[in-house]
Amino acid sequence: MSTTDLPTPTVRPAHAPAGTGHLRGTRPFPAEARDALANTQLRRNLGKATGVIRAKRAAVVDEVPDWEALRRSGSAIKADVMARLPELLEQLEAAVTARGGVVHWARDAAEANAIVLDLVRAAGGDEVVKVKSMATQETGLNEALEAGGVAAWETDLAELIVQLGDDRPSHILVPAIHRNRSEIREIFLREMPDVDPDLTDEPRRLAMAARTHLRRKFLGAKVAVSGANFAVADTGTLSVVESEGNGRMCLTLPETLITLMGVEKVVPTWSDLEVFLQLLPRSSTGERMNPYTSTWTGVTPGDGPQAFHLVLMDNGRSGVLADPDGREALHCIRCSACLNVCPVYERAGGHAYGSVYPGPIGAVLSPLLTGITGEDDVNASLPYASSLCGACFDACPVRIDIPNLLVQQRAASVESHHRPTGQDVAMRAARVAMTSAGRFRAAEKGLGLGRVLGGRSGRITALPWPASRWTASRDVPVPPAETARDWFARTRPGRER
Amino acid sequence: MRIAVMATCLGDAVAPQAVRATVELLERLGHDVVFPPGQTCCGQMHVNTGYLREALPVVRHATEVFGPVADGEWDAVVAPSGSCTGCVRHQHAMVARRGGDEALAVRAEAVAARTYELSELLVDVLGVTDVGAYYPHRVTYHPTCHSLRMLRVGDKPLQLLRAVRGLELVELPDAEVCCGFGGTFALKNADTSTAMLADKMSAVLSTGAEVCSAGDSSCLLHIGGGLGRLRTGVRTVHLAEVLASTEATQTPSARSLAAGVAAGVPRTETGEDPAADPTEEAPV
Amino acid sequence: MSAPAGARGSAREEVLARLRAGRDAGAPRTAPGPVPRDYARRGAHDPGSPGALDLLVERVEDYRATVTRVARPGDVAGVVARLLGDAGSVAVPPGADRAWLTGIGGRGAVVHVDGDPRPLTTADLDRVDAVVTGAAVAVAETGTLVLDAAAGDQGRRLLTLVPDHHVCVVRAEDVVGTVPEALARLDPLHPLTFVSGPSATSDIELDRVEGVHGPRRLDVVLVG
Ligand code: SF4
Repeated sequence: MSTTDLPTPTVRPAHAPAGTGHLRGTRPFPAEARDALANTQLRRNLGKATGVIRAKRAAVVDEVPDWEALRRSGSAIKADVMARLPELLEQLEAAVTARGGVVHWARDAAEANAIVLDLVRAAGGDEVVKVKSMATQETGLNEALEAGGVAAWETDLAELIVQLGDDRPSHILVPAIHRNRSEIREIFLREMPDVDPDLTDEPRRLAMAARTHLRRKFLGAKVAVSGANFAVADTGTLSVVESEGNGRMCLTLPETLITLMGVEKVVPTWSDLEVFLQLLPRSSTGERMNPYTSTWTGVTPGDGPQAFHLVLMDNGRSGVLADPDGREALHCIRCSACLNVCPVYERAGGHAYGSVYPGPIGAVLSPLLTGITGEDDVNASLPYASSLCGACFDACPVRIDIPNLLVQQRAASVESHHRPTGQDVAMRAARVAMTSAGRFRAAEKGLGLGRVLGGRSGRITALPWPASRWTASRDVPVPPAETARDWFARTRPGRER
Repeated sequence: MRIAVMATCLGDAVAPQAVRATVELLERLGHDVVFPPGQTCCGQMHVNTGYLREALPVVRHATEVFGPVADGEWDAVVAPSGSCTGCVRHQHAMVARRGGDEALAVRAEAVAARTYELSELLVDVLGVTDVGAYYPHRVTYHPTCHSLRMLRVGDKPLQLLRAVRGLELVELPDAEVCCGFGGTFALKNADTSTAMLADKMSAVLSTGAEVCSAGDSSCLLHIGGGLGRLRTGVRTVHLAEVLASTEATQTPSARSLAAGVAAGVPRTETGEDPAADPTEEAPV
Repeated sequence: MSAPAGARGSAREEVLARLRAGRDAGAPRTAPGPVPRDYARRGAHDPGSPGALDLLVERVEDYRATVTRVARPGDVAGVVARLLGDAGSVAVPPGADRAWLTGIGGRGAVVHVDGDPRPLTTADLDRVDAVVTGAAVAVAETGTLVLDAAAGDQGRRLLTLVPDHHVCVVRAEDVVGTVPEALARLDPLHPLTFVSGPSATSDIELDRVEGVHGPRRLDVVLVG
């Protein structure tokens, strides 16, 4: 095993550089959400799909008596990984290399894409088949390959729907969750050259159409690109968890396999998988076990790809690791349970988050990976895309305290401000009022104004901005004539304490 | 028991009926209630909006004001709010540590260890579920997110409500789903908040209840504000007000109804001790 | 074009250095203790016990695969013949028990043995109607069969992937209760495939639909 202990003193943990990949959208969350909320079809599709998956997940989680023990174990394994990440990666590299694989390192998305493109070219391919992978979505690999003259075929059904529909993924697990069956039928009829014109919107028929469409691609593909759910440091074993068999096709049939993974996906030992292979399927598709999980170690003569390349990517993860709270976001196993239970995600949908990582985990992971550059950074709005209801924590199979991370990233957002915003000024004023009972009472007196606004109706129905955002859909009660403290002092004199 | 009431900034200034009800209820149960006059706010708004540095002096102030509970001067602090209790219990020490004040963090933890949300205080600390209340209305209960998932109060509020005479408790569909309030979330993401509110209101209306109750005035302000805007004829009443109601006494709920987050009924200024029966004032 | 080797080398050093710096900068105030492992390694049923077998049957059938139970190895051939129906060609791994296929001999079905005389290609397998294999281990709680590509009766991964119908013969003694028990019996250096029902997708409105790219039909024969 090679060890190098000569880091240049100037090397620092880094954020993901802007410019390549899909970790930032173009508009702040509230603006994106406003448009999404008006899309009634999207609302219905998402409401139905998340409702189905919530019920399935609850049923299969409830039948596991040691679920909480598994969650605690999963969380602790990941914390241990973070504490030993560089060493585990070196161990992984050595094990993969010993079994005939080749390990590459990428500082960021652009470097990862360049490595993959070079490898595809070296393998003599001008097209690749792809297994669904968040890492390659993060880096924008498909666009990079296309720019380099290589066609990338998504083979996961949902990814195929997104690709054929010239669309963006909106969910970690089911990137086309925003589409319903009849929309999928339309896309297939329009984009699949040989499709049966009598295709119905029956899910089974749609799945069959995808099978037919991709079968020849699989059987003839020379190069496949995948992500990884887990990489076992002590054995060099990689794992992909999937449903359809497209993953198996890509991992088995081509001559060359290129796997791109974020560095945080490593786990120490083979037996650690016994925890995650229980947590992941029940949390993601709500099944006791997903249809197919493949594991492979390096190259096996005579079986599967005879060339295996593993690309280990930083792209901001070292920066996240350096954040004592934030590093917990790297524990994520991408099950998507937090998305499915999130009331904000369910209504606004995945596109509103801009980044490929939507939902509660995306609302913290995206800004953690990119860093927040200032009040104008669209990712500064993501941590606020939550009512802090806490449903995400309860659903998370590795117990990531997402509500706390949301608060911490809100702090990162506030502390990135280059000049004071209106909110900054208001919060400072509130702090001044709230650190003295005298000042607080004086501020309360100001509320007396509201009694004038409310008149005799007892309700206030319109207030000036920014409170107008409240009164646009809710009344406000007229402030009471007497505060609780005044009532107490009047009715129980001398008993304040 | 000697119990200090943490009114919360919202409870003091905007929803004093819940604070009054808390005081009256605990006194009825034979406890000695004090109102620390220096109190202002727990700092939750600052914390949850990301102003952790601005929150530090607010947390320090709150820890000073409620510090006597850590020294045994009072037996407990009670807040008629799941989210403010949650902030004290799960965020004060974090804010202090982040600000580099370990001594404050330790002190805040000591205060937090004796600070309870109302249903916790009643069921866990005082060991009562039947508080002797009388509230003859059809009521549905919204378990607020922070009481449910930060404090894990579980079904304690429901145990208390089930013991209230005359009260018909109806189950709220999708009860554990957030109402969409979320503090400054309601302003910063007003559209999403309203979409969540719409679904919560549908659930409340589907129960046919006359009253929607909860343990947080903030969420009630939000839900009640929506129900009132639509003139739904459902009013929101804090759990404390329900529990404080009896046949014999003037019911705080009658006042709250008059103070009117409710259903668009013209406000009637009730005096300090109106003899009115609350049932006669139900604006259904 | 290809980055020079030196640049690649420096990426490795730089990523590792960044991660070391990040690991130290973000270290938690209190070092995490040992990983708790108080989850259940074993389930309610002993390996191969009647309870484990019953649970396996229930859980596999839940995925809309079929399970046929036979008491003795000698009974496998008849069941396999029935499951294969009028399949014209069948592939088997080199170490498969030939007795499994004795029931189809009379119908003139062609049996292709991988590696005899040559390894079957993807194109060969695309023309085959079914594949019959064994399994390394089965997990009762999750209804999972694990195929070990290094085991002679399970064969190379593509054998059980390309044909549309997979008949899998599972021995009772290989049925364990839980995922941890299964992993403990497996060699991670071998290519492994965990199969839980036929190929399926949940990508359309999050409803499970069986049959996409992998075998659309999975039949299990449970022996013992
Ligand atoms: S944060 Fe937790 S719940 Fe959300 S996707 Fe990651 S592992 Fe799943």
